[in-house]
Amino acid sequence: MSDTINFIIDGVEIQGREGQTILEAAEAAGIYIPRLCHLKGLTPHGSCRVCTVLVNGRPQASCTQPVAEGIVVESESERVQQIRRDIIDMLFVEGNHFCMFCEKSGNCELQAMAYRFGIPTPKFPYQFPKRGVDASHPDIFVDHNRCILCGRCVRASRDLDGKHVFDFVDRGPHKRVAVNAEARLADTNLDASDKATEVCPVGAILRKRVGYAVPVGKRLYDEKPIGSDIEAAKTK
Amino acid sequence: MAKPKVATTSLAGCFGCHMSLLDIDDRILKLVELVDFDKSPIDDIKEFSGRCAIGLIEGGCCNEENVRVLQDFRKHCDILISVGDCATMGGIPAMRNNIPLEECYAEAYLDGPTVHNPSKQIPNDPELPLLLNKVYPCHEVVKIDYHLPGCPPSADTLWEALVALLSDKPVALPYALIKYD
Amino acid sequence: MSASLQAAVQEICQACGNDRTRVMDIVREVQSRFGCVTGEAMDLIAKTVSAHRVEVEGVVSFYAFLSDQPKGEVVIRLCNDVIDEMAGSERIVRAFREALGIDFGQTTPDGRITLEHTPCIGMCDQAPAAMVNDVIVTRLSSDSVWAMVRELKAHMDPKRLVQKLGDGNNAHSLVHAMVENNIRRSGPVIFADLTPGDALKKAVAMSPQEVIRDIKTSRLRGRGGAGFPTGIKWDYTRSAEGAKRYVLCNADEGEPGTFKDRVILTEKAELLFEGMAIAGYAVGAETGILYLRAEYAYLRAFLEDVLNRQRSRGLLGKDVGGKRGFDFDIRIQMGAGAYICGEETALISSCEGLRGDPKNRPPFPAQKGYLGCPTTVNNVETFCCVARILDKGPGWFAQLGSQGSSGTKLLSISGDCKSPGVYEVPFGVKLREVLKMAGAEEALAVQVGGPSGQMVGEKDYDRSICYDDLATGGSVMVFGPQRNLLHVVSKFLEFFVEESCGYCTPCRVGNVLLKERVDRILAGQGEEADLAYLQDLGQTVKMASRCGLGQTSANPVLSTLKNFRSMYESLLRKPIDGKQLSFDIHQALADAQTVVGRQSVHF
Repeated sequence: MSDTINFIIDGVEIQGREGQTILEAAEAAGIYIPRLCHLKGLTPHGSCRVCTVLVNGRPQASCTQPVAEGIVVESESERVQQIRRDIIDMLFVEGNHFCMFCEKSGNCELQAMAYRFGIPTPKFPYQFPKRGVDASHPDIFVDHNRCILCGRCVRASRDLDGKHVFDFVDRGPHKRVAVNAEARLADTNLDASDKATEVCPVGAILRKRVGYAVPVGKRLYDEKPIGSDIEAAKTK
Repeated sequence: MAKPKVATTSLAGCFGCHMSLLDIDDRILKLVELVDFDKSPIDDIKEFSGRCAIGLIEGGCCNEENVRVLQDFRKHCDILISVGDCATMGGIPAMRNNIPLEECYAEAYLDGPTVHNPSKQIPNDPELPLLLNKVYPCHEVVKIDYHLPGCPPSADTLWEALVALLSDKPVALPYALIKYD
Repeated sequence: MSASLQAAVQEICQACGNDRTRVMDIVREVQSRFGCVTGEAMDLIAKTVSAHRVEVEGVVSFYAFLSDQPKGEVVIRLCNDVIDEMAGSERIVRAFREALGIDFGQTTPDGRITLEHTPCIGMCDQAPAAMVNDVIVTRLSSDSVWAMVRELKAHMDPKRLVQKLGDGNNAHSLVHAMVENNIRRSGPVIFADLTPGDALKKAVAMSPQEVIRDIKTSRLRGRGGAGFPTGIKWDYTRSAEGAKRYVLCNADEGEPGTFKDRVILTEKAELLFEGMAIAGYAVGAETGILYLRAEYAYLRAFLEDVLNRQRSRGLLGKDVGGKRGFDFDIRIQMGAGAYICGEETALISSCEGLRGDPKNRPPFPAQKGYLGCPTTVNNVETFCCVARILDKGPGWFAQLGSQGSSGTKLLSISGDCKSPGVYEVPFGVKLREVLKMAGAEEALAVQVGGPSGQMVGEKDYDRSICYDDLATGGSVMVFGPQRNLLHVVSKFLEFFVEESCGYCTPCRVGNVLLKERVDRILAGQGEEADLAYLQDLGQTVKMASRCGLGQTSANPVLSTLKNFRSMYESLLRKPIDGKQLSFDIHQALADAQTVVGRQSVHF
């Protein structure tokens, strides 16, 4: 095919297509590049930076960087993995992540990422920020303690649900997700069937009354690391 | 040759991690062959009898007594291990960390719904250790050599880590044994 | 209130054509009339311009000069950068507190005066300085603060604080500022005379491609700091697909220690606007936008007047420079207090009425910029160079400066030196010569390029100021032997923490963590391992951040670790009995001792 783009990830030759990002082309070839803010079906955000790779030696977010002929991508090297570990550690200390009672535990992508990297505890000091919980909505609650500011809910509500229930307010370390109302989620037009309620990678947006439904041992990441489904596609 | 000694303690924890240690089932017989327990609730020895190879710390530091005990452990143990989420990140007790200490005291002794305290005073008995301004993970108070997360870490996690250390091997836990819940 | 708010918001929105992309102008106007943009106002604005309330809230909460809480009729913003601190701003802080009876971040009980801190306002050569609404007050002393507060309380008119006018156009009736230019050294490019229209007429006599070719021949590179070749940027912009093209001028000079654009805007605005018109001709744009930082709002009326003069000279508007069919005009977009908007894609976001978040690249602004159209964003000084190149010829310009860095560069020199101010020097000049010019031979360290640049010491003073060696957007901060460089690093990090947009993880979290560890070392609680920790963390922030802010915010740490390592080492201690030096049991127990009313039995 004429629109095939040849490039290299960690010494492996990959064929991508025009318009693909590095992350997408790698995934199609059975190579998993760790990511948190990225979710198939949503506009790439490039904010968590976990998918950072070196492209011809320059750091780039692989979820937003298009493939190009002949590029050499470094993804699993120690220095890149170190960057990813640092970012995961940062996300853990930035919020209040009490996995032991979180309904998302076992299915949480942040936690799974830490498991995949074998992190026993973050190397940075915990910040213990003061954040709130919004349980006003009849079906959905928001726990900002767990939010990692990936923007999936913002994008899903805007681009998939055709609403604008969530968006970012404030800046820097004070940046947070707010709702399109004075303060309460209940005062927005969020519906329990909205896509925005399903995309949170952590336990920040959860459905009420369905917690802990799957027993320990059977949850998504209890046995197999996050990304193993993508990697399994390669070995087949 | 004398067996290496192991000490354990529970600081701001719930003893769940100690329960998990007992949960190694019949391997406990093997453990007793491998080590002697020194200061530990398991044998109820209150003070260190000498230098220990390994100290297992359950719980984070929420008060001055925790700090004293933890520093004592650091002084007496060659290898110190944070066992469980409370030790590694503060755990459930650390949920108070973004509430001013004065409010915590007031809730506990003055305003809480189940409080009966006609004197309307916060007790200042020296038997009640003073609380720290927040709950600290152990490694923010003393140097910690290894972290075993989990609430509690599974019996297998504890066993694997102990056996590796006692046989001078690196602690390399498989995927299934690093869990935060 | 509600009815009048509604009427006012509708009128303000109407004046902006109920245009969603003009939200910055709308919220600025609401802020100025009502002292805040309340939730109710956000609702009204959102309805009127067909946006969502949370989007308006996102904008209002992003910019430091906007607020959803009521502020005083007069807002005093004292500059808290490190140069002002060195000039004694601590005394000024005390004087303001005492004179107003409130702390920073507070409003007087009568609701009339608010007191705040703000990062660098571009007055480092006349520090300590503050903004009182839009009015700049410089060279503050405790006495002048007391006098100011008395005057404000009596008349509530910041303009009355200006008693002695500055030099040049600072004394112009539309500027009316006590600000001084402090032009210490003029050069042939920026500060030489130019007859308005000469450069533009030469440009329009050529084809746009020929103009771009001349800019390429001159080897002009961007003066904001990044140094991208201007001709290539224009070429990309011109050849990109798009119905319209735009020329944006970055006058969001926010890098602490930089104030050269302020002087250009005051004295050489014609040169700048002529350069923008030439850019418009070259890339095929009809509209230019000058993005002016809120701190320079005092120059706005004057600049509007200069724009009018340019129009009446035929150098803006229809058939510009007499070239039939070349229409080009410029509007001024005010910022609202956000350093990040000096990043070109964040600047575009801000012009579009959005939060000042940088955008993902690609696409680059030259492909899809302002409103999705091909856009060139250039620095104030760059446009001035453009006008001069067209007037004097690319060959003339290229022979100035050094091989990889043609032309001259404006330096804003401040700190521990005898003659702080603006210097136009040829590229390639040695740092040592620059220090000599400014009377700063005693310097212990020099921060070249502002906080995002490099901290260098004596052994680097023979290096050259140019893109390939010591690059700078203009800021040169001098620190004398009496200064604590680690404290300076901490102040720089504080700046980046405050000014990060928070979009990406490494910058949002990493800078907080860097500052925590530098402060730990400063407090005498650091140990050997902390230096490796800082190096690794700094490297991650630099490598993984999404835009220039995070990619450079660790530079103060990384460059001082490299050049002034012994300063760190002298503060390190050795842990005893495995105790963490950073854990202070007495501090940890202080609250409980107060609440319980007894001392510790153990410690």
